[in-house]
Amino acid sequence: MKTGTPSPGLGPVSDAEADRPNPGDRVILGSSPRIEAVLGLAEELRWRVPPEFHDRCVEEIYGESARIAARNVVRSGVSSRQTWQRRMDAFLTGRWTGFPAMIAVLAVALWITIVGANVPSAAMAGVLVDTLHPALKSGLGQLGMPWWLNGLLVDGLYLTTAWVVSVMLPPMLIFFPMFTLLEDFGYLPRVAFNLDRLFQRAGAHGKQALTMSMGWGCNAAGVTACRIIDSPRERLIAILTNNFALCNGRWPTQILIATVFVGSLVAPALAGVAAAVAVLGVALLGVVLSLGVSWALSRTLLRGEASAFSLELPPYRPPRFWRTLYTSLIDRTLFVLWRAVLFAAPAGVAIWCVANITVTGRPLAFWAIAGLEPLGWVMGLSGVILLAYVIAIPANEIVVPSILMLTVLVTGMTELGQGAGVMFEAGDNVLKKLLVAGGWTPMTAVCLMLFSLCHNPCSTTLYTIYKETGSWRWTVWSALIPMAIGFVLCAGTAAVWRWIAG
Amino acid sequence: MSSGCPPSACSGCAVPGRSPASLQRLGLGLENWDHVVALAGNPNTGKSTVFNNLTGLRQHTGNWPGKTIARAEGGFSYRDRRYKLVDLPGTYSLLSSSLDEEVARDFILFGKPDVTVVVVDATALERNLNLALQVLQITDRTIVCLNLMDEARAHGLRIDTRGLARDLGVPVIPTAARQREGMEELLGEIERVATGQLAARPRRLTYDVPGLRDAIRRLAAEVEAAVPGVANAPWIALRLLHGDESVRRALARGELGLVSEDAAVGGVGAAA
Repeated sequence: MKTGTPSPGLGPVSDAEADRPNPGDRVILGSSPRIEAVLGLAEELRWRVPPEFHDRCVEEIYGESARIAARNVVRSGVSSRQTWQRRMDAFLTGRWTGFPAMIAVLAVALWITIVGANVPSAAMAGVLVDTLHPALKSGLGQLGMPWWLNGLLVDGLYLTTAWVVSVMLPPMLIFFPMFTLLEDFGYLPRVAFNLDRLFQRAGAHGKQALTMSMGWGCNAAGVTACRIIDSPRERLIAILTNNFALCNGRWPTQILIATVFVGSLVAPALAGVAAAVAVLGVALLGVVLSLGVSWALSRTLLRGEASAFSLELPPYRPPRFWRTLYTSLIDRTLFVLWRAVLFAAPAGVAIWCVANITVTGRPLAFWAIAGLEPLGWVMGLSGVILLAYVIAIPANEIVVPSILMLTVLVTGMTELGQGAGVMFEAGDNVLKKLLVAGGWTPMTAVCLMLFSLCHNPCSTTLYTIYKETGSWRWTVWSALIPMAIGFVLCAGTAAVWRWIAG
Repeated sequence: MSSGCPPSACSGCAVPGRSPASLQRLGLGLENWDHVVALAGNPNTGKSTVFNNLTGLRQHTGNWPGKTIARAEGGFSYRDRRYKLVDLPGTYSLLSSSLDEEVARDFILFGKPDVTVVVVDATALERNLNLALQVLQITDRTIVCLNLMDEARAHGLRIDTRGLARDLGVPVIPTAARQREGMEELLGEIERVATGQLAARPRRLTYDVPGLRDAIRRLAAEVEAAVPGVANAPWIALRLLHGDESVRRALARGELGLVSEDAAVGGVGAAA
């Protein structure tokens, strides 16, 4: 470390956290005879002190703490706050009330997000996609920019980025602060407390509930958070299963697909509720899979018993609303959005290229889609979706924009680029029309939601997993496990769906 | 702030709330610090809140134990001295070997902070003093920041701060970091300890185990001879007797004797 190097201490996955070298890779240097003498004496003296001296030292520390505290603290009467906190805990961690309360909290948070994000999402798309995009395109065209550069920058780079911003920002602006408020309030440790028994039965560490909750924000952050788990075996299980926590890159995908397809199956008044229930179902399936895979791992590759630990239930604290809102905006929303934009821009260029570079008379994308189509069909998806997932390996956030741009290309519904902007004019209905034209059915939507839950982690998460485990083998496992489960889930769902539908 | 305040003193006023007048938050601007200050404490006692108050950074705080996993660093300047503040992961003790405890322990031991501020939860003093006492065995230059005083009051607890300071042998500053209470006093105390104006005599444990005191005395003398100027020879002796691998390694590599914070921090290897 150089003097004066500022270290980034901000953001959920700052380098300060990710760049920690693995312990044990230090070189032991030869030491001086004096030091050797000290170490030799230490070895010799170790035989002369009682073997349990360490425990007795610890006892001495505890005893001293108790004495000092007793001397200097006076408790006066019963505080109403303590009574209130105890009642709160009895409800939120109660045997019969704990789980329903947890699910209700998540459901309400999702519902508020879905209902609340619709309007600003459409408004932003109206400005960024419907108005600015054609203006930029024609403006740059008039300035004499060659068509290919114009297409690359405006249709590829700009449009994808605009899409990501308008699709992701509104739900994030609502969901993240709610999550942070719950965290500030002190709810997360109660969730861990409730889930502890389940995780223990799965042979995993109870704190995995905390790392899973972090994963709901960002899997890379969740994987880093696994450091709070002491046992290496349980830590690995937590790292390998963190991907089953829907991350912020996937919440918008889930919410969008659920709104467009599931929401439209019921009466308009109930659309928001139906969509929220569908997303909730996928999120809970993620929890179940996380438990199931932990269970399987602790009986095969990572055999062992769950270790005991103590978890402090902190006092409930009234969250400071505005401050939390502000911190959540700066630390999470903008950080995550910036990352999405960072990945979306080059992906937009990539999409434009595969759509416009032709091989033997057809665009590159055509060949790739045709090649992936059989596999896509088996999984209830399509070649377009699979290709989108390949393009979106750097970041989950850009899956939906990739799918849409590729669908526009394949269906030929409109001229590429010019037409892409039309998607938003009538909101979700046109979106649905476009996807239906691309061969989508409700089955495709359900399979996509499942696949979005179960596929390889994004490249940032994979890199973090490699950093944290220091092993290629585990990094590969962490990608293969969800992919295999995703394939089975999707193919199974598609087969059953087709069989029932005849 | 009154209107008679000179412009130079107002740089700290940018953030709303009661800000100590001579505090200048430097955020990530950490060049050429004069002193290194470490923030230690049990999980969920408000270390990150104290950190944010002093540096002006917005390290995310959360109401759950284990929020800060790695070290976070920031800077502030107080009365013309520049400080580097290091927020350590919250730990219940420094004696076990989990990753977060090692990060905290290694920094206090090898990072040689000029001041170690132990943030303790005033509502759970007994449990929190365990860590404070352990830190006191390692370093003299400790301040106890008695945080969450607002909650202690709400719980009907009265704490004898002066008695506590007498028992621990180090300064005790009552604070309510969320309300920015007590920050000025904390800064003043950090300055006094960092500049050596205040030499504390922290409570040292006696280790009342047969044969142990003698073993510690012999080994500590040898450690002092091998590493001249080492600050906490008895504690190192105790760890060697317990077979602490990282202390052994540090000793073998000569990291314990180094005064330069540069080389010492290299042994921790977290934020770089």
